[in-house]
This record gives sequence, structure tokens and C-alpha cells, in this order.
Amino acid sequence: MADEPLVLGIETSCDETGVGVVRGHTLLADAVASSVDDHARFGGVVPEIASRAHLEAMVPTIERALAHAGVAATDLDAIAVTAGPGLAGALLVGVSAAKAYAYALGKPLYGVNHLASHICVDQLEHGPLPEPTMALLVSGGHSSLLLAPDITSDVRPLGATIDDAAGEAFDKVARVLGLGFPGGPAIDRLAREGDAGAIRFPRGLTGPRDAPYDFSFSGLKTAVARWVETRRNAGDDVPVADVAASFQEAVTDVLTRKAIRACRDEGVDHLMIGGGVAANSRLRAMAEERCAAAGLTLRVPRPGLCTDNGAMVAALGAEMVARGRAPSALDLPADSSLPVTRTHVAAAH
Amino acid sequence: MLLLALDTATPAVTVALYEAGRDGGAALAASDEIDARRHGELLLPAVDRVLSEAGRGLGEVTGLVVGTGPGPYTGLRVGLVTAEALGAARSIPVHGVGTLDALAYATGLDEPFVVATDARRKEVYWARYADARTRVAGPAVDRPAEIAGEVAGLPAAGAGARLYPEAFTGVRDDLPAHVSAVALGALAAERLSAGQPLPGARPQYLRRPDARVPTGYKAVTRT
Ligand SMILES: [Zn+2]
Repeated sequence: MADEPLVLGIETSCDETGVGVVRGHTLLADAVASSVDDHARFGGVVPEIASRAHLEAMVPTIERALAHAGVAATDLDAIAVTAGPGLAGALLVGVSAAKAYAYALGKPLYGVNHLASHICVDQLEHGPLPEPTMALLVSGGHSSLLLAPDITSDVRPLGATIDDAAGEAFDKVARVLGLGFPGGPAIDRLAREGDAGAIRFPRGLTGPRDAPYDFSFSGLKTAVARWVETRRNAGDDVPVADVAASFQEAVTDVLTRKAIRACRDEGVDHLMIGGGVAANSRLRAMAEERCAAAGLTLRVPRPGLCTDNGAMVAALGAEMVARGRAPSALDLPADSSLPVTRTHVAAAH
Repeated sequence: MLLLALDTATPAVTVALYEAGRDGGAALAASDEIDARRHGELLLPAVDRVLSEAGRGLGEVTGLVVGTGPGPYTGLRVGLVTAEALGAARSIPVHGVGTLDALAYATGLDEPFVVATDARRKEVYWARYADARTRVAGPAVDRPAEIAGEVAGLPAAGAGARLYPEAFTGVRDDLPAHVSAVALGALAAERLSAGQPLPGARPQYLRRPDARVPTGYKAVTRT
């Protein structure tokens, strides 16, 4: 058991109700119920709609994951759940369900950090993470560079976005271009037909005096909107594919440049990329090219494991059990702003 | 019949273990805490405390009873998902009982009255009853002033009625302000014993989520 713990993981920090089952580093089931379609017409995730959907999907998704994994709930070694960060009301549904299962089954409960889970999920794809791990996490909710000497107990933030998250910038630019929500996949698709060098959009926080690992995408988003509106107001056609490609190029350029610099500065010889934006094809290609040129090994999980899911939570839970970390108490709170340095919320002694 | 009852639809985090036999029933243990902000933290420890105080295990429980609201959503969901998860993990049936119905049952009144809880945003969740077991109107969510004509003079229970005495003019301090899981369990036991089926654990929100469809694209540049 100690080496290969069987763990159920629950994730409800945003709009995906995710439940995964893993045995050590092996993925047994990854069930997801998404409410993304219910949010599309609002142009973003509506917290109350997400929370209502979590309540409806929670127990059925847990049962589906257990059935798919072919394991009985009583065989589990632990239950893990995202304790934060995320939407407060959404987190609370998963945390409450996890507590009830842990209590009813008499199993230890692990309230874990969503961001650390995004890193840890790569163990299911590419085996044990090197220590330390350098991770670039990019999604609609976060954009962070993290150094993780120990994914279960020591994750250090090197930098983060000072305004919009990378995925948020994709959503906003997609709206400017009249594409739907979520914007990431739409821009990725359109950009393939465009010229990434057509327009030189600004690269935020890349000056010699800027914070080397922080990000800023708000200025870029505004620059794209200005550029498009100027064209439209002049009555000119907007080359949407070129705009999408040039915008995407600016985002991925900054992300990969800073991530590689962090690896070099910290003497880490590989880079892990996770989060929903890691599914972006241009980011994956550019990261591969630049990591190869810099002599770094790149680790990116498959797109289904980059977006929010329960398997990543189970993966971190399994690592907690394997390393003998202390479980959480039954009064574990959902913490919408849980700092990344708190990899899990252990019971107070 | 051994029922584990819980309700988190209002500021009350209430849990009870209720045993019912041929000649009536009784609560074996109960826990009542009033804290509108910590439902999620308080509920499972309260369940654990109630079971151990009663000296019973979850394995002996024959049914779960959960308050289905109406109530502020975040708290309401804690109880519902907890009951459903406990039920699924141990294959115990889960029954829903309206939170206002449980509050009404606890009054023991034999005359028409009204129950109201705080719905925030200057509104109340409310229902009218012919007696402690018979709901005749509601549940609904309204501003107290809008329903004053319907509720004035009636005996009124619940924190919502106490909050707006100008509308609930018959509010009585001897009637309960908060729902108790003991009443929830007793009402469920009475209905189940009489062969009346109880609904599942479906939330009563009564309001649509706050969300607005964006009104088109807003320009960044000014023209
Ligand atoms: Zn995420």
C-alpha cells in the first residue's frame, strides 16, 4: 500500500466536476462532468451556475469513476480533494462530498492545493517528477512559475501574473474577434491559418528592469483590442487569423522565455507545463523548440490532464500518502485563496 | 428505524440521530450550532459527535434525512451533498424534507400560522400552514412588505419573521427561531411510518442564479 496507494481525487474549483482514481502513478479512472456549455452565453464562468452543476454531478461522477476504475470504495486508501484555491461555493461542494466519503468509509482525507495538483498530474503520464521540478502553470484562473523541491510539502512561487491570467487574455481577445467562450481553443484553431509575424504585439514585463518571472497580459489584450478597433473604425477588414496568430505568438513567447530563464537561473534541467492553456498547440510547439535549444527536458501532460480534472488531485493525494504526510481533519475548510505554498491542509495538532 | 437527520439550509447547522419504533420515537443525540459562515467546517464534526454521543455507528443508520431548503445556496448545498455522499458511500437511502416544514412541525401548533426564514437581500423564504403538519401555501421568496397582507396577525415562527415584525405582526418568541434536525427526523419518521414516500434530496433554490448575458462588445478605444 505505501508505494502504490489507491486514492480517489475530487476537483470542483471551477466549472468541471472532476473525479479521478489512481494507484500510485497509474491512472485508473478520470471522470469529468463539465458545465462549460451553461456558461458560454455569459462569456465566462458564473459561480452560482457552476456550484449548482457540481451538486447535481458530484455523487454520480464519483460513482462513475469508481465503476470505471473497477475498484470498490472500501478498497481506497485515501480520499483527496481540492481545498483551494478556486471559487468558494464550488470548492465547498467537493470538500463536503470528500469529507462524507472519507468519514463513511473510515479513510484518511487529504485537502490538497489545486496548483500543486496541476504539477503532480504529470506523474501519471511521465512517471516520477524530478526534484526540484520547475513548473509553468497557465489557465483561465492562473499564470504562475513555480519551483517545487517537494510537490507534497515545498512549492515556491517565483512569479505570477500581475493582472489577467493567460487564459483570461485568450477569452477576452476571442470576444474582441467575435469568437465564442472559451476563447483558447477557438484562437488556437484560427491561428493556424494566420501569420504569427503579421503584427508585433507588445510583450509585457520583458524589459531589463521588469520582474523577471512575473507576467502581465492586460496591456497585450488592450493592444489587440485597439488594433482591431482602429481597423474597424476605418472601415477596413480585420485579418482575424493574423490577429489571433500574432496575439498567441506574443503570449507564448513571453511564457516560454520566462520559464526557460527561470530554469537556467535555478539550475533546473527540465520544465513542466500544466493548466488549460498548456493544451494550446503553439505553446507546446514553441516550448519544445526552445527547451531543446536550451538543453532542457520538457514535460507536458496530454491536454485532457492539463485542464482541471480529478486525476490530478488523486495523483497528489497518492503522493501525500506515499510520503506519509498528515491527513486533514473533518473540519477542513474550503479556502478560495489558499496560497500555493500550502500544498495541503494538514490537521492541526 | 434509525434516522440521521441534518439541515444546513439556514444559519443553523443542525444534526440529530432519531430512533422511531412502534410506540413513537425520540432523539438519541443532537447538535445545534448557529453560524451562517461555517456550514462546511461544522457539519461533519457534528455528525461524528452525534453518532458517538449516541453510541451508534453510521452502519446502523437506516435512513438519512436532509433539509432541502429553501435557504441561501452555499450552505444549503453543504447538507445536501453531504447526505447524498454519506448515503452513496454506505448504501443508505436519502430522504428530503423541506426546511420550513420541519420548522413548522416543531411549533406543534394546531391553528393556521406562518413560517419565515431570512433569505437575505431584504427578502424572506416563507410558507403558510393550516397546522404543524399541513402546508397550504409556499414555499416562496418575497419582500416582507409584499406579503404583509397575507401574514399579518398570524402566529409566526422563524428568524425571518423575527427580523421583520412590521410584516409578521403575530410573531411569537415562544415559537422556534431556527430549524432543528430533531424535528426534521421526527417529521420524516412520522411520514415514513405512515407509508408516505418522501421526496429525494433536491435543493429548493427558488431563485435563478445571478448572471447577466453581456450586452455585446464594449470598445476599448473611445471614438
Ligand atoms: Zn486549474
